[in-house]
Amino acid sequence: MFGFFKKPKKDGSGSAAKERLQILLAHEKGSGPSPDYLALLQRDILEAIRRHVHVEKDAVDIRVDRDDDLSSLEINIELPSRAMAQAPGT
Amino acid sequence: MSKVIVVTSGKGGVGKTTSAAALSAGLAKRGLKTCVIDFDVGLRNLDMIMGCERRVVFDFINVIQGDAKLKQALIKDRRLENLSILPTSQTRDKDALTQDGVERVLNELREEFDYIVCDSPAGIERGAQMAMYFADEAVVVTNPEVSSVRDSDRMLGLLNSKTARAERGDGSAVPAHLLLTRYDPKRIEDGEMMTVEDVLEILAIPLLGVIPESPAVLKASNVGVPVVLGDTSRAGTAYEEAVGRLIGEQSEVRIEAESRPGLFQRLFKRTA
Ligand SMILES: Nc1ncnc2c1ncn2[C@@H]1O[C@H](COP(=O)(O)OP(=O)(O)OP(=O)(O)O)[C@@H](O)[C@H]1O
Ligand SMILES: [Mg+2]
Repeated sequence: MFGFFKKPKKDGSGSAAKERLQILLAHEKGSGPSPDYLALLQRDILEAIRRHVHVEKDAVDIRVDRDDDLSSLEINIELPSRAMAQAPGT
Repeated sequence: MSKVIVVTSGKGGVGKTTSAAALSAGLAKRGLKTCVIDFDVGLRNLDMIMGCERRVVFDFINVIQGDAKLKQALIKDRRLENLSILPTSQTRDKDALTQDGVERVLNELREEFDYIVCDSPAGIERGAQMAMYFADEAVVVTNPEVSSVRDSDRMLGLLNSKTARAERGDGSAVPAHLLLTRYDPKRIEDGEMMTVEDVLEILAIPLLGVIPESPAVLKASNVGVPVVLGDTSRAGTAYEEAVGRLIGEQSEVRIEAESRPGLFQRLFKRTA
């Protein structure tokens, strides 16, 4: 009976902390791209789009979600409704 | 009308980030549109405490320097739709916090949010100065211990002189509230720490709340859930009550220890 009560509680929060830190630190100093690459990527995407259609300077919105073995990159591009029609060279 | 609230302390490690996270989540829970900003440039931590560290793309400094729009840097909390987080940079240094830049960002935030909570770094250097400079109100986080109380007194002096509000020279200081954290009733009973009354007498500002020392706080930071959103705990409830007072509710400050089991354990050991 006593042994039951003395068992350390496994609420998992300590290991959750470790896991979160490992993922974060791996992304921060790992072999991956530099921390600022997203800003550059955004600029490049914007430039590429603007060669074809006219969009606002803040039309590109980048979101990330980093995970253990898979990170997702969500890129939203706001196109004005007539952008396709106005595209140069079409 | 929006309000900019700085969470400050002078001394490090007293619970500013914990409190900024809990208060902002508490405000958002009440339906108030709230943004919490990390001013601790180079030592980003608020993102971890808020549990959004994996979603940081741009930060406060990127916005100040014009590399990103504010809306790109704001991270919307996934639990509370009224809550947004503006993380800081982990790689730049505090000089990037220009007064103009900070003012511009705060003014833009004021258009969208009811409350803007600024998590100040420790110390009295640039980061701490910028976090308080445009504040409408201050929450001074203090532990019942001599160096913390002394540093809080110093911060009160700065709030009354080195802020936009003080510099306007119309005699109006930044109203400051005392948030006493890591309060351990057992150690106070034993005479090891100052009492609430002691601290109030020295600092002479209204009491916003007393947050007990609590294992729930460590657990909350482990999992990245502000303590007011996790399992019910005395610390969480104490923060919720503090939020009520921050928005003008009148209520008595209750002081309760976190864990009865802990007390029983100590009693058990003593008689054994
Ligand atoms: N009420 C509490 N009970 C138990 N632990 C607490 C409590 N409040 C804060 N802590 C712990 O104290 C430590 C420091 O807290 P926190 O990071 O919030 O302080 P800070 O003032 O922001 O520090 P810094 O000056 O480095 O920015 C953390 O480990 C946190 O979990
Ligand atoms: Mg902090």
